[in-house]
Amino acid sequence: MGKTAKIALAGEGGQGVQSVAEILAEAAYEEGREAIYIPNFGVEQRGGVSIAYLQISDQPIGSPKFQKADIVVALSDRAVIRTQRYVDERTTFVYDTSIEGVEEHLPKNAGRVFGIPAIEVSKTELHPRVFNIIIMGAVIRATEVVTLDEAKTAIEKKLGYKFDENPKLREMNYQALEAGIALVEKAL
Amino acid sequence: MTEKPIQGERKMFLTGNEVVAWAALAAKVDIMYGYPITPQNEIMHYWTRMAPKYGKKFLQTEDELSAGFTTIGGVLAGKKAFTATAGPGNTLMQEPISMAEMMRIPTVVVIQQRGGPSTATVIYSQQEVTMTTYGGNGEGFRVVYSTATHQELFDYTIKAFNTAWKYRFPTFVLGDGYQAKMRESLHIYDPEEKGIKLVEPTPTLSRPGQIGVNREPNHIRNTYNTEEELYQIVMGYAKEYAEISPEIIEFQEQDVDDAEIVIVSHGVVSRAALAATQELRKAGYKVGYFRPITLRPFPTERMRAVAANTKKLLVVESALGQLNKLVLNEIYGLTTPIETLLKPGVGVTSEEIVTRIKSLL
Amino acid sequence: MTLNPQMPKCWRVESKPHKFCPGCGHGLVLKALGEAIDELGIQDRVVFGCDIGCSLLTWDFFDVDTVQTHHGRTTPVITGLKRANPDAIGIAYMGDGGGYAIGSQHLVNAAARNEKITVILANNTNYGMTGGQMAPTTLPGQKTETSPYGRDAEDIGYPTQGPEMVAAIGQKGAYVARGTMANIRQLKGYFKKALQNQMDGTGFSFVEALASCPTNWRTNAKDTWNFVENEMSKYFAVGELKVPDQLKEV
Repeated sequence: MGKTAKIALAGEGGQGVQSVAEILAEAAYEEGREAIYIPNFGVEQRGGVSIAYLQISDQPIGSPKFQKADIVVALSDRAVIRTQRYVDERTTFVYDTSIEGVEEHLPKNAGRVFGIPAIEVSKTELHPRVFNIIIMGAVIRATEVVTLDEAKTAIEKKLGYKFDENPKLREMNYQALEAGIALVEKAL
Repeated sequence: MTEKPIQGERKMFLTGNEVVAWAALAAKVDIMYGYPITPQNEIMHYWTRMAPKYGKKFLQTEDELSAGFTTIGGVLAGKKAFTATAGPGNTLMQEPISMAEMMRIPTVVVIQQRGGPSTATVIYSQQEVTMTTYGGNGEGFRVVYSTATHQELFDYTIKAFNTAWKYRFPTFVLGDGYQAKMRESLHIYDPEEKGIKLVEPTPTLSRPGQIGVNREPNHIRNTYNTEEELYQIVMGYAKEYAEISPEIIEFQEQDVDDAEIVIVSHGVVSRAALAATQELRKAGYKVGYFRPITLRPFPTERMRAVAANTKKLLVVESALGQLNKLVLNEIYGLTTPIETLLKPGVGVTSEEIVTRIKSLL
Repeated sequence: MTLNPQMPKCWRVESKPHKFCPGCGHGLVLKALGEAIDELGIQDRVVFGCDIGCSLLTWDFFDVDTVQTHHGRTTPVITGLKRANPDAIGIAYMGDGGGYAIGSQHLVNAAARNEKITVILANNTNYGMTGGQMAPTTLPGQKTETSPYGRDAEDIGYPTQGPEMVAAIGQKGAYVARGTMANIRQLKGYFKKALQNQMDGTGFSFVEALASCPTNWRTNAKDTWNFVENEMSKYFAVGELKVPDQLKEV
């Protein structure tokens, strides 16, 4: 992969977009690639839309923020609206299908727009707490910025201490990762 | 307690605030004084977690005035001391730093620039350039390193303590909210293992010994009675500052020799400028890149030579012309036109610079 | 030059006679402080910080390490020094403007943190150096350059009672007192306890000293003493407000 992959993840506080970005950045870093992750922060971080800006590349990365993303993942109605500014004709725009009444706000100029039922799958098939890992799987499949193995290693690094207490969690997280990958494959 | 915080060289993936705390430990800093303000808070958070393990201290003060003046107190006691702040905190910090400037107290202050004027945003800007280089009621006898990457944040934080203690001018590391909050990789190391000699701090006050037996008391002041007395002091500092400037000045450049236009930027924006330069060169545009690393003292000689040798300059910054003012001042007398891309309080991407350059050539 | 036999040993001979106005209270306050330093035998360990205002004239007053700071900022400079070198004995010397107005946040928070330093504040009810403006301590009805018809307490409040404020904030182990130049022996005793408290590492120490300013008060010798002894001490009660246990026997 020659060029820099630019990813914007947006959701409500608690949906875990920042930790997804951080784990992905760690995974890329462990692969020996260049990665920059910067959260949006500010007065808005209390009660506003949470956005994570992530760039992964084989070369040194320029500005930590970007104007247009290669992939945008929006996980709430506010996030869909807020992230339109990062979209152009090369952007893949992913949203969660459980967001109601959002169709009219979906970007018209995006290269590709598709929905995935990540929230629903996390509730019905897995567990709400691994929702963000499903999203991580979706990002991995949509961008191919890191390998599945590296993603697993990075999750292990971040959550390993919890897995040691409860090995079932590890299994659930890996399932979530694969579920996210599958959701994107189906949508493509 | 005696164990070294960093052994050998390690590649790490950190936020910039974390990098500063590691660098201060690596530079053998004794004490940090600080007051909370975004986006520098995590420097204190990491310092207070790591420092006690190595016998280092921390004091949370009542405001930035106090953070600056307690830092001065720590330095006068002969300890490596520093503080970190941003925005309105930097405004308050100018008072203690003007005292440090007058009394030649080697304070180190890390600034993570946020939006201005006033409270503005807690996010990012390059709007504290004028204040950090020439703030306070003084003549700008300071050293200001403007960093662009986490590696530089680490390297120049270590260097800042050496510069401050060697030359005894207050020294700033000028970062910004992006650098503070973003994560990227860098190598951290023990400077002494790399052959970087750390300048030893010495006490100005509370020195050992007996007064009248083996030492004299030290009386230090920043007040003078006559105009002539002050003039002599200030001109002495000015001469000394000019003399040591060539040893301190640092800059970075690329492709300037045959450039028809040179992009001038500093700090994190220079990352975008460098990326734009490389992209445009690949596309056949004769573009160059120039970046002062020290904003004080400014790399005047090289800036002039670069400006004289090209057809146009494009100054790019996340402020409404604060770097541009420095550049204009330094190249006075040359007729090279200056174009600007000024975005106060907002990041600049390489795409914007590329578009701008194409419109100019 | 002949040595004045009454001069404390830690006074700096070269800077005497000092630069205060005739009749100024600083000289007496500093004499009491000098004797306290001498009697405790701590000259080598003292770091003396002086503020802006008339107190800055003490920048070379003692044969001790001295730093002249900014207006109101002596408390944080001495705090920072003491934190970095706990063996030093830090004295922050200031006037009522420095302590109760421009530097009040530093005084309040140093007291709240129980910093192991000694703050000495000369209260002469006005800003002397700048020409006699109203201070936080100006008495009701007292005329100054910025209260030419007398301080109207209903309009701009009553004078700050510093030691009472510091005692209210003060933590366990703090020492707080108000002395007066009219009773030098007592004032010296307070200074000694304030310094001993720091040496014991017990807590923050604060002494306000009532001091005269005949130049700006425009008073003769008799009226000056009358103002200090009768007018000021009526509003500013002299005595100890907070004494830690280990100093109660002294």
